[in-house]
Amino acid sequence: MLWITCPNCGRRPIDEFAFGGEFPNVPERLTDPDQRDVDYVWMFDNVAGITQERWFHQAGCRRWQTVHRDTVTDTVVVVETDTVL
Amino acid sequence: MNEFVETLLDLTWHEPKSSYDVVIIGGGGHGLATAYYLATRHGITNVAVIEANYIGSGNSGRNTTIIRANYGIPESIRFYQHSLEMYETLEDETGCWIMHNTKGLMWLAHTETAMRAERARCLLNTACGSETVMVSPTEIKALCPEVDLSGGGRYPVLGASHHLGAATARHDRVVWAYAQGAMRKGVHVVQNTRVTGLMRDGDRVTGVQTAGGNISAGVVLSAVGGHVTTIASYADVRLPVRTHPLQAFVTNGYAQTFDQIISDTELNCYVSQTARGQMLIGAEFDPQPSYSRQSSFGFLQSCTTKISAVLPFLKNLRILRQWTGTCDISADFSPIMGETGADGLLVTTGWGTWGFKAIPAGGSLMAELIATGRTPELLQPFSLNRFARDHALADQGSTGTR
Repeated sequence: MLWITCPNCGRRPIDEFAFGGEFPNVPERLTDPDQRDVDYVWMFDNVAGITQERWFHQAGCRRWQTVHRDTVTDTVVVVETDTVL
Repeated sequence: MNEFVETLLDLTWHEPKSSYDVVIIGGGGHGLATAYYLATRHGITNVAVIEANYIGSGNSGRNTTIIRANYGIPESIRFYQHSLEMYETLEDETGCWIMHNTKGLMWLAHTETAMRAERARCLLNTACGSETVMVSPTEIKALCPEVDLSGGGRYPVLGASHHLGAATARHDRVVWAYAQGAMRKGVHVVQNTRVTGLMRDGDRVTGVQTAGGNISAGVVLSAVGGHVTTIASYADVRLPVRTHPLQAFVTNGYAQTFDQIISDTELNCYVSQTARGQMLIGAEFDPQPSYSRQSSFGFLQSCTTKISAVLPFLKNLRILRQWTGTCDISADFSPIMGETGADGLLVTTGWGTWGFKAIPAGGSLMAELIATGRTPELLQPFSLNRFARDHALADQGSTGTR
């Protein structure tokens, strides 16, 4: 099972968290504003490697966290908690 | 067709040549079916299918083998109904026994909202040529005596939509049938060869790069499941796809015949019986994208709790095996087939949790597109540029997932 070490609650199973999606990342090479909008709305990086994404600790501190996760090995690398509560 | 007339598979392997008319990346159901129809219907046999592992080792070997067409939008119903009908004649066409078995599928409804949704589904499906009728709790009990109509006291069953044409088939056999048919016509299938890049001439894709060398091609089709984003990125193509794990498990044999496929609109899980008698159970995909194929105990816990509420006999069975596939979920939960915007590169992707049922239709229509250069009518709604044109085909409610 995947575990997330919550900065507020400690090491908790992933079932306690709600996935909030990865950060959208429109490539620099897209210059046409319409194309950039389409990319922002629809496209995903879908990285095979380390992603940066949002998780909500639903069954714990109920705070949003930014999680750096390796999608190939399914391990959490870094967890940052939001400083503004 | 049955086991008594079956002969051994006739597979001929080749070393890859340096050039082909068509190179298909991915030796799963969709890739091999496309090669098969290119060779048999369009006379294009200078084709290679490049597979990173062995054929059918990816999601074609990990799915739950349900064939159905009860979708929520006309474009999807027509496409999947076409596929369902092609499956019915696939044994005669290929001469291979794929263990096709028409069973019927019931989607149980537990709330008035779900009943309304299922009634609408019945009307729309029947209108689009895929017969689906509402059944009452009494009729459900007659079709499948194992169902607990009280839903364990928690999920009372109010009714169900009954999709009569739904079937199951043996996934490996479908892959082998297409591989054999394609190979007999001269298609080269190359196993254990991973595509590491695309050859490009300006913006045009002119072939694939592999560890064993470059292979040039008139057309490259990506039929991979799970790593399509990587393949597309070699040609600077962005896709509205996220790769999620999807888990499933089987129990030991259930001694009686269970001849319906049962799915649940509220609990998002489904069950069918394999030819060996095992109960095959699946549910929604994991919420976070991942390529890891790790199975989890949490999935077994939640899925067994849910499914045994409506089918309590499952509590007496034991879990034999659990596995995970990686599925490409598109932004609108419908597949993406056709041109990518990069010249010479086509995709068939976004097959999420609904790829197996679409193998014959997806393969034959992609073959027609490659052979004629024209997008067949059934494929037109599923083009990649539908997102930019604001014509997304949102139909998550029909995918059995949420």
